[in-house]
Amino acid sequence: MSVRRLRRKVVSSLFVGFCAASVLLALIPLVVILFFVMSRGLQSLNVSFFTEMPKPVGEPGGGMANAIVGTLIVAGLGSLFAVPIGILSGVYTSEYAGTRLASAIRFAADTLNGVPSIVIGVFVYGIAVLPFKQFSAIAGGLALGIMMIPIVARTTEELLLLVPTSMREGALALGATRARAVFSVVLPAALPGIITGCVLALARISGETAPLLFTSLNNRFFSTALTQPISSLTVQIYSYATTAYEDWHRQAWAGALVLVAIVLVCSILARYATRRLEGLVRG
Amino acid sequence: MKKDLGFRIGTGVFGLLLILVVVGIGFELTRQSLLSIQKFGLNFWRTEIWDPVAGEFGAFPFIWGTLYSSILALLIAAPIAIGIAVFIAELCPARLKQPLVFLTELLAAIPSVVYGLWGIFVLVPTVRSLETSLPDSIRAWALFKGPPVGLGMLAAGLILAIMVIPFTASIAREVLKSVPIAQREAAYALGATRFEAISAALFYARTGIVGAVMLGFGRALGETMAVTMVIGNTPQARVSLFAPQYTMAAVIANEFSEAADELYLHALIEIGLVLFIITLIVNSLSRLLIWTMGHGARKAAAPAAEPQAAAA
Repeated sequence: MSVRRLRRKVVSSLFVGFCAASVLLALIPLVVILFFVMSRGLQSLNVSFFTEMPKPVGEPGGGMANAIVGTLIVAGLGSLFAVPIGILSGVYTSEYAGTRLASAIRFAADTLNGVPSIVIGVFVYGIAVLPFKQFSAIAGGLALGIMMIPIVARTTEELLLLVPTSMREGALALGATRARAVFSVVLPAALPGIITGCVLALARISGETAPLLFTSLNNRFFSTALTQPISSLTVQIYSYATTAYEDWHRQAWAGALVLVAIVLVCSILARYATRRLEGLVRG
Repeated sequence: MKKDLGFRIGTGVFGLLLILVVVGIGFELTRQSLLSIQKFGLNFWRTEIWDPVAGEFGAFPFIWGTLYSSILALLIAAPIAIGIAVFIAELCPARLKQPLVFLTELLAAIPSVVYGLWGIFVLVPTVRSLETSLPDSIRAWALFKGPPVGLGMLAAGLILAIMVIPFTASIAREVLKSVPIAQREAAYALGATRFEAISAALFYARTGIVGAVMLGFGRALGETMAVTMVIGNTPQARVSLFAPQYTMAAVIANEFSEAADELYLHALIEIGLVLFIITLIVNSLSRLLIWTMGHGARKAAAPAAEPQAAAA
């Protein structure tokens, strides 16, 4: 009996050990990646990275000013598409949660969320590049927007469902129309959370490369024209990383550091905001 | 009520837009790949020769590479991800829970291209030195054949595994959360060890766990940048972990802007279409599994009374 008990105990502790080890195993790449991005990126990051344009091969120095502005423009365009569509469809799926259309929209959102980003790039190439025979910032924004819509829609829906029913009922009892109740009472109550969700979604799409490869393409020059190809941090990192030039590799690491910093700051801020919100709701 | 109809339609239209985009993707990709579908038919997926210059397009190496790298990633990632989920949901002290969740989320937040950059300059050299350090007797096996270049299937599988782990772990954790506490308490009350109690919970949640792993698989299938940067981009179907190969997503990313003639472009878009269909099926199936699990738990149905779950 005691041998059996011992065996059970040993198996159990081995299992606990395995689970703890897998956490450590997953944290190793995180630490290693962040370490390399920090150390290599900091070595190459300087003021001119933010203010100067890319230099031709062989000339040291230069920066990614055009790519940073490009990323801001394309991601901004994406949000412009995605935020209104996402929020309004989220309103529909939460207000008419039981309807067949709402389930279909929910299914579409989940499906869209799982579509590989490269496929979205191909799709947008077909509808926004091919007809005009022109790569453009708008096409890139459209591709990123399509990736962002499902995230915004599902976040909005979840947060709206968290708003107490009594608030909605109170507004309706005072004679408000449904639209009035949603836009003046329910939506404002959930707004901080929705904004947090949008910021997180924005951070995620800012790091996307594949949908931009053949929509907004790349541009060696400084451009803010929406109908022209535009550079972006991610595409620039990709094209620099796959060349053989030491100096461009350094630039790629600096770009990666900036990109990771943007994404991390956004997630940490969003997380802090959510926690404060939860505190407010409970208190 | 009439006033509400306008609101209902006004918001519903935007929801409809989402459905339209999904349908539109399927339609547009089919339309743009008709040339290739008509010319090659099913042979497209059986032929191993990919020679755009000669006008020969066979996509077998890409579907092989995509499946190989994703399954390899899954074999590495699934046990680790489930281990993490169990540790965070069941074992770790309450104080550690939030920080650990946050750290795994960070791993998921790092952009794909940064993984790729790290892959090229850190992971690939490491894999290369691992390959060269293997004794010749092992290198003779089919699984380890070929020159040790570093770029190849092994590097791709590893980087995919790292990227999929946080994703699968967080869904598996949610699934575990939906297992009733009473079930574990009953096990402990009967004198079960931690392993026995948790494996009962895992068994109870098996449908959802399988769903979580499959959802990770769906992610791996479509992952583009990081894989493109480390897999070596050579259109050949090989068993060897060390051989440079190609995936569906990678070939689109690499060759799309070079595709000069229409047939070439249509062939690439057909690859995109099939990738879209495969991920659609995998994702829908896994969501169905997770949903079944959540539904069953909510109804607090006895696990024995779910014959369809046992089949999965």
